[in-house]
Amino acid sequence: MSEKTPQRVNDFVVKLANVNGTGSASANGLLMKTIFRMGVPVTAKNFFPSNIQGLPTWYEIRVSKDGYQSRSGRVDLMVAMNAQTYANDLAEVTAGGYLLYDSSWPRDRQLKRDDIHLLGVPLAKMVNQQYSDPRSRILFKNIAYVGVLSALLDLDPAVIDEILDQLFARKTSLLEANHQAVALGRDYALEHFECPLPIRVEPMDKTKGHVVIDGNTAAAMGCLFAGASVGAWYPITPSTSLMDAFKSLCERYRIDPETGKNRFCIIQAEDELAAIGMTLGATWSGARSFTPTSGPGLSLMGEFLGLAYFTELPLVLFDVQRTGPSTGLPTRTQQSDIIAAAYASHGDTRHVLLFPKDPEECFYLTVEAFDLADRLQTPVMVLSDLDIGMNDWMCPEFKWDDNYRPDRGKVLRREELDSADSFSRYLDVDGDGICYRTYPGDHPKGAYFLRGSGHTANAKYTEDPDEYTDLMDRLRRKWETIKSYMPEPVLHSRNKAVAGVLACGSSDGAVQEALDRLEEQGVPMDYLRVRAFPFNEQVEAFLAEHERVFVVEQNRDGQLKMLLLNESTATREQLISVLHYNGFPLSSDSVITQIQVAMSARGAAA
Amino acid sequence: MSFISKPKVGHPALQRNELGLWQRDYEGTISTLCAGCGHDSISAALIQTFFELSIEPYRVAKTSGIGCSSKTPAYFLSQSHAFNSVHGRMPSVTMGANAANSSMIFVGISGDGDSLSIGMGQFCHAIRRNLNMAYIIENNGVYGLTKGQFSASADIGSTAKKGEVNNQKPIDAALTAINQGAGYVARGFSGDKEQLVPLLKGALRHKGMALVDIISPCVTFNDHEGSTKSYAHTREHYHQLEQTDFVPPAEEITVSSEGRELTPVRLHDGSHILLRNVEKDYDPRDQAGAFAYLKNCQLRGEIPTGLLFIDENSIDFHERNNTIETPLIDLDHEDICPGADVLAEMLGRYR
Repeated sequence: MSEKTPQRVNDFVVKLANVNGTGSASANGLLMKTIFRMGVPVTAKNFFPSNIQGLPTWYEIRVSKDGYQSRSGRVDLMVAMNAQTYANDLAEVTAGGYLLYDSSWPRDRQLKRDDIHLLGVPLAKMVNQQYSDPRSRILFKNIAYVGVLSALLDLDPAVIDEILDQLFARKTSLLEANHQAVALGRDYALEHFECPLPIRVEPMDKTKGHVVIDGNTAAAMGCLFAGASVGAWYPITPSTSLMDAFKSLCERYRIDPETGKNRFCIIQAEDELAAIGMTLGATWSGARSFTPTSGPGLSLMGEFLGLAYFTELPLVLFDVQRTGPSTGLPTRTQQSDIIAAAYASHGDTRHVLLFPKDPEECFYLTVEAFDLADRLQTPVMVLSDLDIGMNDWMCPEFKWDDNYRPDRGKVLRREELDSADSFSRYLDVDGDGICYRTYPGDHPKGAYFLRGSGHTANAKYTEDPDEYTDLMDRLRRKWETIKSYMPEPVLHSRNKAVAGVLACGSSDGAVQEALDRLEEQGVPMDYLRVRAFPFNEQVEAFLAEHERVFVVEQNRDGQLKMLLLNESTATREQLISVLHYNGFPLSSDSVITQIQVAMSARGAAA
Repeated sequence: MSFISKPKVGHPALQRNELGLWQRDYEGTISTLCAGCGHDSISAALIQTFFELSIEPYRVAKTSGIGCSSKTPAYFLSQSHAFNSVHGRMPSVTMGANAANSSMIFVGISGDGDSLSIGMGQFCHAIRRNLNMAYIIENNGVYGLTKGQFSASADIGSTAKKGEVNNQKPIDAALTAINQGAGYVARGFSGDKEQLVPLLKGALRHKGMALVDIISPCVTFNDHEGSTKSYAHTREHYHQLEQTDFVPPAEEITVSSEGRELTPVRLHDGSHILLRNVEKDYDPRDQAGAFAYLKNCQLRGEIPTGLLFIDENSIDFHERNNTIETPLIDLDHEDICPGADVLAEMLGRYR
C-alpha cells in the first residue's frame, strides 16, 4: 500500500476479534492493564455474545491521551483471531490501519484490502511447537499475541512481567509458561516487523490515583459501604455480576470475627417477583436491602414496585439495562428502560431514577440511593447499563468518609415511641408529604397494617373517595418534596453556545468528546447531564435558557425526551433527538454526525 | 359481616396469660368476611393460640397475599405488625422480613388460590429454603372474592354452586409440602378448634417451615351439596390421625394414654407435641410412609387431619446460611461498613 500511516502516539484503537470461551479475556485484560500502568488513559469495551463457547466476541481498547472514555468509531489495529468474522473485521479497519492475523494457514484470498497493512504471525504454529497439551495451545496463543503487540505498540515488557507476576503469584507453574508465551510473540514481531508501529504507546503520568473497574463491582462496593445487609436477586445478564461482587465482598468484609457468622443475608430467589418481594420484606423490617436486575426482571417486578410506591417502602433497585424489547440482545447495551422504570406498575405510579455515568458514579450514587430511599420512603432505581456495568472503565479512586452515617429518614425507634402519645403511619406531620415509619418488633405502639389496598392516615382499610383522594394528593405533594432531594445535574457551559445538549448515564463520554470536536468546528454547545428523575429546577433552567436542545440517548424511541416532554416545560419544537440503539455503546462520531445533520437541516429550513 | 365494634373491656373473672394480657388483647378488628366463614374460626383459633403461648403481640409479624384468607390478618392480633402484600407473594415478603430480623415470630396467612395457583412457586421455594415461619393455608377450594371459580385444591367431581363439575386434579398443599421437605406439616379443620390450637402452637414453635393446611369452608360459594369442601362433607370425611396436645417447655409430660400409644415429639424450644395415635400404624416422622398413606387417603376421598409429618432435626434457613444470631437490623453501621482504609486496600486490586 502506498498510504503512509500517520503517527498516532497514545491516541488509537486496538480491536481484538476472538472466539468466545478461548481464554482471550485474560490476555486482552493484560493488554489493557499494561497500557494503564504505563500511565496512559485507556478504556476497554467488551462486545460479547449470549453464549458460553464458540460465538464471536470482540474487545476494543481505546488509548486516549486526552482521556476520552467512549468509542471513537475508528479501528487502528485489528487483531483478527476469529476466521468466522475475518471479512467484517477486515472491513472495519480505518484506512491506513493494521490487521494482525494468524498466518499459520494461508489466508490471502480472504484478506483483500490494499489501503491497510497486513501483519501475519504464525501464532498457532508457534504455540503448537512450544506447548503440547491442547488447552495450553489455545490459551497461550492469546498470550503470544500480547507479546506481538507489546513489540508493535512499544509496550513496556517490564510492566507486562510485573502484572503476570501478580496474577500468577500463587500459580508459579503457570507463571513461567506465560512469560515464555509473551517472549515468543515479542521476539517474532521484533524479528519480522519494523517495531514499533506509528500507532504506539509512550509512557505518561495520567493514570495515577485512578483505577480500572466495572460499574457492577463499583455498585456492589457502594452497597457494602452504605450498609446494605440483605440482597435478593435472580440471575440475569448483565446485572448478575453486581450480586456476585457483593457476595464476595461480604464474604471478605462482613464475617463476624468472633463467631465466623455472616453479617449479611443474600438470597438467590426463584424469580424476580420473589427477589423484589424479599427486598421489600427486608426494608419493611428496617434493613437496607436491594435487588439488581435487568429489563425482563424489571417488567416482572412491576406489581411490587406499585405496592412499594403506594405503601411507601424504601427500596434500592439496580436496573443494569440491556438491549430490549423482550429478550432482545441480552449481552448488548441500551438505555431503553427509562419509561418502563419511571412509571412502573399499574395505576398512578412514578418512581425516582438515578443515572450514573460510569463506575465511579455507580459507587457514589449507590450510597446516595440508599439514603434517598430511606429519606423518601419510596423505590429508588439506579439505571445503569451493560456498558457501565460490565466494561472496565478508568476512574478516579473512590473515596470514603468515615464520618458517613446512613440517613435512615423519618423513623421512630423504641425511645421515640416510648414517649409518643400515638403513631399514625400515613399522617403528614411535617407537611412535606413524607410520614414517619416504624420497624416491626420495635415497640407495641409502632404496629401498623401495611396494605396495598386503600388506606387511611392510620393505615386502616378504606374505600372512601375522600380518604383515597387525600392519600393520592399527599403522594403527589411528596413527589414535589422528592424533587428537592434529587442529585443535581452536571452543567458544562461553553462560550457563545449555539444550542444545548442534554443526556444521561453512559452517553456522557461520547457527548463530551463530540462537543469538543463540534466546538473546534465552530459549533460550541452547552451540555447538561441529567443525573436523576424527577427533574429539578436546574433542568428547567437549562431548558429555559436554550431554544434548541439535542437530547442524546441510547434507545429508538427517545425515552428521555418523552420523559422531558411529560415532566418538564420542554416543548416538542425545542427538543431534537440524537439516537443510537444498535446495542453497542454510543460512539462520539455518531453524535457528531447526527448533530451536524440536524443543524444543517434546521439551517436549511430557516 | 357485623358492623358493631365490640368494646375492649375484660371481665375481671377472665384469665390473664403470663404477660398479664387478656385474650381480648389478641383480637383484631371486626371481620368483614361472610357470617359463618371458616376463616373467622381460624382467626379465633389463632387468637387463642397466641394468647395461650403468651407471645408479645408486637413481636409477631403477620404476612399475607390477596384473597379472603389474606384479609384475615386484620382480624386477629391488631397490636402486631402486618404486611398485606400482592397475590401469591406472601412467602417472599416473609423471607425478606425474616432475613432482616430473625427474632420476630412469623405467621403467614394464605389461601388455596394464593398458594396453590398464583403463588405455587413461592410456596414451594419457601419450603425449599426452610424459612422459619408458620404458613397457614385457609383452604376452601374456591375463589371467594371473585365469586366462586374453582381453585387448584378443588377435588375432581366437586361441583360449583351453579352446578359446574371440576374435572382437574387437585393440588394437595400438605402432600406438596411433605414432598418438598417441609419439617412440620399439619392439617386441620376450621370447625375443630380443639384439634387446631395445638397444631398451631406446634407450628409456631417449630423452627423452620411449618405448614398448616386448614379446610375452611366458604359458606357463600362452596358449602352446598356436591362440594367436597363444605362443612357437611368435611365433617363426614375428616378423621384425626392422632389426638394432639401441646406441652410448653417447662411442663412435665404426664402420660395418661388410655391404652393408646403416646408419642412425645420434641420441638426446637423444648416444648413438645404429644400425639395419641388414633390411626394405629401412622408415624408422622416417616416421610415416605406419611406421603404414601396420605396419597391413598386422597384417592379414597378421605380427609386425614392432625400432625401429618414432622422432622425433629430440621435445619432452618439461617442455620444453613450461617447468618449471625443478632438480627441484621440490630447491627451497628460500624459493624457492617468496612471504612476508608479498607476501601483503599480494596481498590488496590484495580490499579
